[in-house]
This record gives sequence, C-alpha cells and structure tokens, in this order.
Amino acid sequence: MKIHILYFARLRETLGTAKETLEIPAPATLALLLDTLRGRGGMWAEALAVGRNFRLARNQDLCPADTVLADGDEVAIFPPVTGG
Amino acid sequence: MTIKIAVQAAPFDLGAEIAALHRDTPAVGAVASFLGTVRNEAGTVSEMCLEHYPGMTEKALAEIVQNAQTRWALHSVTVIHRIGPLAPCDPIVMVAVASAHRDAAFAACAFIMDFLKTQAPFWKQETTADGAHWVDAKDSDTGACARWAAPDL
Repeated sequence: MKIHILYFARLRETLGTAKETLEIPAPATLALLLDTLRGRGGMWAEALAVGRNFRLARNQDLCPADTVLADGDEVAIFPPVTGG
Repeated sequence: MTIKIAVQAAPFDLGAEIAALHRDTPAVGAVASFLGTVRNEAGTVSEMCLEHYPGMTEKALAEIVQNAQTRWALHSVTVIHRIGPLAPCDPIVMVAVASAHRDAAFAACAFIMDFLKTQAPFWKQETTADGAHWVDAKDSDTGACARWAAPDL
C-alpha cells in the first residue's frame, strides 16, 4: 500500500526531505513504518530512534505509534510543536 | 456559535476582531482576548519564522475550539495565528472569546491557548547572530494543559 509521508521543522532539515511516498506491505502500523525508515540507517536511524522526542499524525490527527495504516494515508512526523 | 479560524502571513487587527464579536450582539456581555507577541528578552533575536502543517493546523484549531464549546456556553470565538517571518514585538497569535458572562470567556480563552501551544502543528525558528535555531518545546506548556483535566473545572 502507498503511504504519503510529510516531515516538518527540525526533522525536515535533519532528514533533508519534506515529503515522500513509500510503498509498504499491508497490514502495517505507524511503528512498522518507523522501523522501515530507521532501516535506512544514518540520520534516519538517529533522528527517529526509539525514545527520541517526535510526534506522529495520521490523516492530520495526532496519534500513537500503534495506529494501523490504510492505503493512501497521509502520515506526518514532526518535533513537539512550538506555536503560539 | 460563530467560529473564525485563520492561519495567515498578514497582520491582524485585534481591536477590529474584538469589535466584530460584540457589535450588534446583545446576547454577548463579555469578550476575553489573548495576544501573543514575538519575545526577545536577551535582545539577540533578529527574526522569528513560523512554519506549520497546512490542513492539519486548521483542523487542530477547529477541534480545540469545539472542545471549548462543549465546556462553556460561548457565543463566538476568533483564533488567528500568523506564519512566515516575523520581527521581535510583532503579534503572532490572537484568541478572542465572546460569551454572556466573563467566567466562560476568561476560561475558554486560556483553554484554547493552552491546547494551541501543545496540539496545533506550528514550529518557531529564531534567527540570531549565530544563525537560525529551532525553538524547543517547553514542559510547562504540557503542564498547562493538564490543569483542564481536573473534573471540577
């Protein structure tokens, strides 16, 4: 299935990309998607390491890593927010 | 309830936004507002740039306002957040809440700001003489939200 991924702020700069579309086997959770991204090694493994402080959203709602993904989902990975 | 939510680069007029909430509206007896501006305590910040997640930002703000509406009897709410480059002392964000009495307006205004700070996908980047730095999130902002979980509020 196709997952559209967006990166924001410091994470976007660290990873050097703002968005990508990834083909992953179904069924999959956000945690599994993160494992796939960490598998790239380098900054990906470091910035997305377990215990690092980042937030996840699926289809523009904040959600936990055990959230199940569906084909065509928009996933966003970003640092804790600092607006206001 | 009338809700206005805007995410924009352009400046806003807080006075005009407040006036719009009570003009010709006899049911309103109270308007509480908050204005957030670019702080530069150390005098080292030359610019503050706001990034956001288009789509999710508006959705998150609408959900926060709807949650406020379920807790207090509100007549209207306006939330405007600026994005892009800003200078020290520039307004960043405004929240204005109109209700029949002041208690609901004060509380809802604080509630909306507390959740905006922790749930709405905005990120600040400061520019100083050393270059650009992403601003870190504060634990105190998360703590500010926790107070609204108390059942007697």
